[in-house]
Amino acid sequence: MPASRAQQNRANGPPLSWRLRLTPTISVLLASAVTLLPLAPGAPLLPPLGLMMLLAWRLLRSDIWPLWIGLPLGLVDDLMSGQPVGSAVFLWSAAILTLDFVDRRIVWRDFWQDWAIAAAMLAVALFVGGLLARSGGPLDLLRLLTPQWLLSLLLMPLAMRLVGSLDAWRRLR
Amino acid sequence: MASSQGERRSYARRAQYGAFAGYVVAVTGAIIGLFVAIIWAVDPVGFAQLRLTVAEVTAPVARVASGAGNGASGLGDGIAAWWRAGSQNAQLRADLGKARRQVIRAAALEAENRQLRALLNISRTAPQLVAAANLLSTSASSTRRIALIDAGSSDGVAPGQGVRSADGLVGRTMEVGPSVARVLLLADPQSVVPARRARDGLSLIVTGRGDDLLDVRPLNAAGNVLRVGDLVHTSGTGGLFQPNIPVGIIVRLTSDGGLARPLAAVGSASGVIVERAADAGIVAPPVSDTTNADGTGAP
Repeated sequence: MPASRAQQNRANGPPLSWRLRLTPTISVLLASAVTLLPLAPGAPLLPPLGLMMLLAWRLLRSDIWPLWIGLPLGLVDDLMSGQPVGSAVFLWSAAILTLDFVDRRIVWRDFWQDWAIAAAMLAVALFVGGLLARSGGPLDLLRLLTPQWLLSLLLMPLAMRLVGSLDAWRRLR
Repeated sequence: MASSQGERRSYARRAQYGAFAGYVVAVTGAIIGLFVAIIWAVDPVGFAQLRLTVAEVTAPVARVASGAGNGASGLGDGIAAWWRAGSQNAQLRADLGKARRQVIRAAALEAENRQLRALLNISRTAPQLVAAANLLSTSASSTRRIALIDAGSSDGVAPGQGVRSADGLVGRTMEVGPSVARVLLLADPQSVVPARRARDGLSLIVTGRGDDLLDVRPLNAAGNVLRVGDLVHTSGTGGLFQPNIPVGIIVRLTSDGGLARPLAAVGSASGVIVERAADAGIVAPPVSDTTNADGTGAP
């Protein structure tokens, strides 16, 4: 009985708390906003934290966001990152659509598969982002982006861990 | 039972429509985003203004954070320095010492040059300084190298003015809001600076590579005439940058030029100066009786 009631609640739209609903979005926005801090590395070394949080949430929970969530979140990221506006809108939407496709193919994933998927998507996003910003030829981009990609690769498990604990916190009663 | 069944079916249908609409919106949005990103130089929607507004609103974040300590900036530097193999350190330190001496010599030459120009009656308005500002943040995650400074149109800053620190050239102002301005840094792949070699005035073009080295090419490329240790300063050609601002030191040679380390390290020097465009203060061009043909003598 309680199970069926829970199901019905979900179907009718249960009274969700703001914390439950907004934690994923706000955490992605905050990660995007890290570029506002006075960081000045000589090369583009700061990982794309907004995209990493987006991927981490989406890999953990497929049901928290509508498919078009890449549009608003990507636009906000574009306005703060220095990339040409539209690049994250495109890349994040494409990432969400790709993950939607991946969800149908690989239903049960383990940590390593999640990490590999995130790594591939980060590589594509960084490279295409560099092309859209017209920052040089493919070789220049490889030279510029490989360190950044490796850093984001190493930080990705941390992001997933952080998202895991945020997810537990937001579902606390 | 039947009603609940029907309700469920209608719910399922609604969910299906919702999912389909989600796909349509997501795909359309992605395509529009791609299109806008491809034609960003045209900026038909006016995103530059929107981005400036965001910069205006969020500037206090960087102000507060940089007030809290230079830890963050130092961390970025630390990572960058760690990434470049530490073996470069000794070489760079030697280069820096050499560069400092050359900068001092260049300053002396500049003073002499100023006197000579005064003799030639080229009247430039005396103060080149527009505003002094702090560097707030940079596009640390993007291959574009763009910085935000806390001086804007209310301080007299306009697009297309040179920005320098005490050590050398930093970049140029690009988009200007009331109290902040976005600065295209030297390292940006789309930054081009006309320059000269300090030793003999050889004309050079300095372009950014996205990382912490600059690409330097001689204009008259007949073999590679650059040497490691050559000091590069702005030439003033084109009228944007003031002449004789130190830009960098050649640290490595390439097949058709060299790589220079910029003298103004953006990470460590947070105080910058915005200067007038070099051609802004020219009132009367030099009077010359023999070389009118090249157009410089015409009023």
